[in-house]
Amino acid sequence: MSSKPTSSSPIKSTGLHVGEIKPGVAKKDPILIADGVRRQFGGLVAVDVDHVEIPRNAITALIGPNGAGKTTFFNLLTGFDQPNEGKWSFNGKSLAKVSAFRVARRGLIRTFQLTKALGLLTVMDNMKLGSTEQSGEKLSASLFPFLWTKKETEIEAKATEILQRFKLDTKKDDFAASLSGGQRKLLEMARALMTDPELVMLDEPMAGVNPALTESLLEHILGLKAQGMTVLFVEHDMHMVRHIADWVIVMAEGRVVAEGAPDEVMKNPAVIDAYLGSHQDVDLGTVTGRITLPKISKEK
Amino acid sequence: MDILGIFLSSASFILAPTTIAYALATLGLALHFGYGGLLNMGMAGFMALGAYGYAIGVLTFGLPWYFAAFVGIAASIVFALILGIPTLRLRGDYLAIVTIAAAEIVRLMLLSSAFGGVTGSADGLSGFNGPGGTVTNPTVGAGGFNEGNPIPEGVYGFVPFLDNERTWYLRIVGILILAIAIFVVWRLVNSPWGRVIKGIREDEDAVRSLGKNVFAYKLQVLIIGGVLGALGGLMLAFATNVNSSVYVTSLTFFLWTALLLGGAATVFGPLAGSIIFWVLQAFLGLLFPALASVGLMPFTTIQAAQIKFIIVGFALVLLVVFRPQGLFGNKKELTFVK
Repeated sequence: MSSKPTSSSPIKSTGLHVGEIKPGVAKKDPILIADGVRRQFGGLVAVDVDHVEIPRNAITALIGPNGAGKTTFFNLLTGFDQPNEGKWSFNGKSLAKVSAFRVARRGLIRTFQLTKALGLLTVMDNMKLGSTEQSGEKLSASLFPFLWTKKETEIEAKATEILQRFKLDTKKDDFAASLSGGQRKLLEMARALMTDPELVMLDEPMAGVNPALTESLLEHILGLKAQGMTVLFVEHDMHMVRHIADWVIVMAEGRVVAEGAPDEVMKNPAVIDAYLGSHQDVDLGTVTGRITLPKISKEK
Repeated sequence: MDILGIFLSSASFILAPTTIAYALATLGLALHFGYGGLLNMGMAGFMALGAYGYAIGVLTFGLPWYFAAFVGIAASIVFALILGIPTLRLRGDYLAIVTIAAAEIVRLMLLSSAFGGVTGSADGLSGFNGPGGTVTNPTVGAGGFNEGNPIPEGVYGFVPFLDNERTWYLRIVGILILAIAIFVVWRLVNSPWGRVIKGIREDEDAVRSLGKNVFAYKLQVLIIGGVLGALGGLMLAFATNVNSSVYVTSLTFFLWTALLLGGAATVFGPLAGSIIFWVLQAFLGLLFPALASVGLMPFTTIQAAQIKFIIVGFALVLLVVFRPQGLFGNKKELTFVK
């Protein structure tokens, strides 16, 4: 995909870190800092992050094997789950014990691995729901339409503009449930933009999306950065990570095991061991042994 | 067999106080379940609190009927808070279990002889509607609902709505309350507030991730729907004596039947559903015994009267299978049911 002539190579942000690159390296301008965040489920330590910083106005990828704690870490950062210990802050303000909806109001918006389109609401209503400025959402104001109809028109205009960008404007009066899986991913991302976020956290935005649509999603993610937002995303598609990420954080067994620019990180032996496997560029048939050949070295 | 009489008696249920009471409580359920996604199986409890709050307000505290009515409404708000604060963090099905249990707790407390001095225990309460008393038990009380009746004594209307001044008063008050309630609910669900609660019905985590205080919204929905239930209970109490044996779980299920008949996520469905439910109940309840008495059915008249429940149950099954969105619901909404 990345080699398609249509999508020009994005400009990568560099020089994001301070000092020697190692897990937990300090960033020049971190938007999100997590310190000693630890979440245990019974005897299982799902997340145990000593220190990690997310650089501002850059695209950071969070990769790692299944069960590495990426989604749990997302949940902890966004208030959908509370850690057993640790502190973490967004824009310098602590997010400990802040409930999920307040985290969202501060400008940290997330999407979900299993897309959560609000099925029996129209696409337009899904979008309007994203707006944070509608006073008519208060019970007391909702009974008096003259208090909120003007705002509603403004929100609708904004939603239409974003929907056009995501090519969903023709679907605006359809139920979100009638959209395809890929369109729902687009809708979820578009809806998140309605909140004017500072940091967008995308949990596997490309999972189950066909190559052509992946490309347009890539453009949208790059567009977020161009608009001054910060993106943190979980993804298993390494082509995509290499293509758009400015910084990559690798998690395994709940810990951050490596960090760095995409190309360097993917050469890191620890990352290859824990996640990529040594055959990432080889035909799968060879790796699984269905096609004979080159002898398989260490494989997890 | 007086088939015309059967038709007219059934038709009288179109505007009967009980029908209005059901429509109010079902509207509350529509807000809870159809719009907010809250599986409330304890509506009978809210109704009981409305009815008993009013009756106790008049009889024990000597309040005029309109203040006493607020006691009933306040009781339902307190109940919604007690119920909601610990349980709204739970997922749907758990809420259903908690509400059904809570409604039973309310009913059993009202039945208990421990509070017999106030609640009347198994006898229930009567005589709180003041001069003219209740329809079924005309005793003289003080400060009751009937004192507010501006209609002079007499019989008004036409068949099947040929009734005395008291029934008309009750009917007009009921229709007014219902009209206001329907308007308020319609306004609410078509506002941005309504959009948020519909979003919560679909997926509360998604709504939470967009910065909405889901818990506060759910609590508001529970309270407003609960107040509508209490208004339904008030209507029942205005009409007749209160007795804990009325506010049983099957009352809740009748309300659910009416809700599904009309359409869960509609504003007028609850009213239509309640009317159909009551008219049909009355019609079959009169028709079958009449058929049995002329030998067209192989049952005694008493047995025949019970067959209506079988028919209503069967109709409900057919409805849920073939028209799950109810009579007024949007077919499109059901195309995508998960």
